Amino acid sequence: MAAAEPLNTGIGESVTRVEDSRFLRGHGNYVDDIILPSQTYAVMVRSPYARATVNGIDTSAAMGSGGVLAVLTADDFSAFGGLPCGWQVHSKNGDPMTEPKHPILAEGAVRHVGDPVAVVIAESKAEARRAAALVDVNYTEMSPLIDMQGAVAGSAELVHSDTPSNVCFDWELGDEAATEAAIAGAAHVTRLELVNNRLVPNAMEPRAAIGDYNTANGEHTLYTTSQNPHVIRLLMGAFVLSLPEHKLRVIAPDVGGGFGSKIFHYAEEAIVTVASKLIGRPVKWTADRSESFISDAHGRDHLTTVELAMDANGKFLALRATTLANMGAYLSTFAPSVPTYLHGTLLAGTYTTPAIYTNVKGVFTNTVAVDAYRGAGRPEASYLLERVVDLAAIETGIDPVELRRRNFIQPDAFPYDTPVALTYDIGNYQATLDMALEKTDAAGFEGRKAASAARGKLRGRGIACYIEACGIAPSNIAGALGARAGLYEAATVRVNPTGSVAVLTGSHSHGQGHETTFAQVVSDTLGIPIENVDIVHGDTGKIPFGMGTYGSRSIAVGGAALANALDKIVLKGRQIAAHLMEASADDVVFKDGQFSIEGTDKSVGFGDVALTAYVPHNFPLETLEPGLEETAFYDPKNFTYPSGAYVCELEIDKETGVIDIVDFHASDDFGNIINPMIVEGQVHGGVAQGVGQALMEGAVYDDNGQLMTGSYMDYCMPRADDLPNVTVSNHVTACTHNPLGVKGCGEAGAIGSPPAVVNAVINALGDYGVKHIDMPVTAHKVWSIMNANGN
Amino acid sequence: MSVNVSMTVNGKPVSAEVEDEMLLVNFLRDHLRLTGTHVGCDTSQCGACTIHVDGVAVKSCTMLAVQAEGSNVATIEGVSDGETLHPMQQAFKDNHGLQCGFCTPGMVMSALDIVKNNPSPTEQEVREALEGNLCRCTGYTNIVRSIIAGAKEMEAS
Repeated sequence: MAAAEPLNTGIGESVTRVEDSRFLRGHGNYVDDIILPSQTYAVMVRSPYARATVNGIDTSAAMGSGGVLAVLTADDFSAFGGLPCGWQVHSKNGDPMTEPKHPILAEGAVRHVGDPVAVVIAESKAEARRAAALVDVNYTEMSPLIDMQGAVAGSAELVHSDTPSNVCFDWELGDEAATEAAIAGAAHVTRLELVNNRLVPNAMEPRAAIGDYNTANGEHTLYTTSQNPHVIRLLMGAFVLSLPEHKLRVIAPDVGGGFGSKIFHYAEEAIVTVASKLIGRPVKWTADRSESFISDAHGRDHLTTVELAMDANGKFLALRATTLANMGAYLSTFAPSVPTYLHGTLLAGTYTTPAIYTNVKGVFTNTVAVDAYRGAGRPEASYLLERVVDLAAIETGIDPVELRRRNFIQPDAFPYDTPVALTYDIGNYQATLDMALEKTDAAGFEGRKAASAARGKLRGRGIACYIEACGIAPSNIAGALGARAGLYEAATVRVNPTGSVAVLTGSHSHGQGHETTFAQVVSDTLGIPIENVDIVHGDTGKIPFGMGTYGSRSIAVGGAALANALDKIVLKGRQIAAHLMEASADDVVFKDGQFSIEGTDKSVGFGDVALTAYVPHNFPLETLEPGLEETAFYDPKNFTYPSGAYVCELEIDKETGVIDIVDFHASDDFGNIINPMIVEGQVHGGVAQGVGQALMEGAVYDDNGQLMTGSYMDYCMPRADDLPNVTVSNHVTACTHNPLGVKGCGEAGAIGSPPAVVNAVINALGDYGVKHIDMPVTAHKVWSIMNANGN
Repeated sequence: MSVNVSMTVNGKPVSAEVEDEMLLVNFLRDHLRLTGTHVGCDTSQCGACTIHVDGVAVKSCTMLAVQAEGSNVATIEGVSDGETLHPMQQAFKDNHGLQCGFCTPGMVMSALDIVKNNPSPTEQEVREALEGNLCRCTGYTNIVRSIIAGAKEMEAS
């Protein structure tokens, strides 16, 4: 028999994506593409004020408008709960965070521009929109609390009148006394105040939701643009609407990007679910982009003071970071976890700093809620750390690369306990730094700088060494830290009688390519072609359970669950094969799709075993059930810790201050890689968002709480000619505690790139003596600095 | 006011009664159920709704349906030959030029327009010509690669 063609769809292959064909032909199925029979349309009436009382709502004119079926206000939702927060942080005095009610629709007060006040449901979207303009809301406008420092001042008025102050929590981590002592006795202390700018996630697909109530069986179906449909079912079913799981199906079909903003449970999901039952027809809501800007959770928005203490040799002794973190007007689903357990715990970075202390105050303001956005806390940690290290290098005259090398945790030091609660399992920070320096010709920089100068350009080079923590886990630790949910993942592998495979995964793909990478894991393990594998996700009616996709957790947690379920399939397959070959299962080995007995020529194929499982004539029914389907729930033992080194080289035009990134290299350690092509794409995208944060993007509120950057006309999204070609390289230290040895790659680009870019800008402006420029580092800021210094 | 509108879409004549205020993109999506053309913004900035009208790339959110009266309209659904991808679509697949897929139809329609006007564009020319299309996933590196590869393939075939 000729040897079987080797499969080239296994782990480590750059397999082109299974999902691309439908997207490229316009056959994707996004929520707004769905039109259900007798569907109606919802349009929200949103507050134009940042802070006001709602004295009354006159819906009569709207009700009389053509095609209108219903106008609903808070009174119609009085039977339901508010939108819950999924993570409870405790203040340093032990008190739980302040958790004011987040109503579905405004109850007597509005707290940010865009706060939903009423909803109009009509036969068409145009009719709903016309009627929404006729809803007459009587407001009394009040002076809003916009900037965080004002909001935490003792005399400040309250965003929520039933809370003692605008401080949601006053959290700390680390050894305050040891840190203070080390700073007091240090040879050098570098101090920096910095802003981590507020960002608008801006997934290209605006949020949308359709509620569909089935009067025949009392079942609700919610189609929604979500990264985690089971989480939405749990939060909305259990905490908001009191609907049991078996009567609520949540479907997140093709979703056009998320970046965190589609993790959260939003009011509109509850509104269309309730409204569909009220009017007896499906109700669809789709956000306009302008609406997304004032209703999707924003990201970042920290004000931080950081101090780094060193001895005379540049060895880090202590780090202290004091942060105000904007929560916005309401607590979004995971908001409190972001500046605390996803931020403070990362402040050791890749360094051996022995004493670390951080204090973070979460602050309510009259702005849109702030929650996880690509990286979620880790970009903020990486930014403050890599900026202060670079500034320390300037102040002490130690080369920034050398300073980092002196302080790296060494490759033989793992597992490594940091002073801020994490245990890093493995890494090699020197290796990725070396790789990044080599790929970007560090030695040739001075020559390139001179060539740039000859063309009237200031050339700068910046590096950043990041670490992140992915796959928040394990559940018992997360629970102890305030998570109100478990953080495992589930996978079912269903082998069909003819040997094809369906994987039901709780992970959700909204651009990451799981339909390909997860299928590669199956192909690799079972030795079957990828065409025979179907990855099913995004439907609580089909998938047993799952916590969804965020925090770069899909391959590290969902992939691990899949690997474990596949192990169970192989285990049972060996038993069936043993029966077919009249051997002991212990003697059966499985390789390249064949079950065989070592040392003999006996073997049976995977397909034969699958068929036998479902056509159990002559089957050992007394010891083995028919069928071949297995489920695994995987709860990780630890976070995974991707790390890496990023190098940015850029030129600044001396006349205009315009910055042009001329080289950007990302050297990452993601552990084992399933699909290098997809991983590279994830890094490209993350870097684009990080460069956007560093140079272009920033959500700006005026003093009245109006979002000045409320459309693509005003909010500066990176376009093709704003960004460089990003190159990547990888060093692998395999994760020690999950079955695939993987770490996750979705957020790294957005974590490592902002400090690399800003460090490069400061380097380029070395002659101007500038210590820091807050992001976004616009041409105007740069030009002003150059000219203020007598350029 | 409702008016009659007739045009050719992907080679087929279509005719319908529509509201005079209806945008062309909504006519395509809601009336013809050609939902590959996407709406990503409300200020004609993102390019997800890019189609071809009489051979020219147009953001279909910038036109009323009635303005396309008598026109020859091409959408993403008409680009491939059934399951067989057009060389430009194939280049996007081969070069990982898409992730979530939402901006992709607009990118492909813009790419075809770019290549029509400039059969072998440089990287910088592609980057500048894509100024009307936003992508939040890819960082554009692989989109640019895809368009250059697709252009080469189209020229060869």
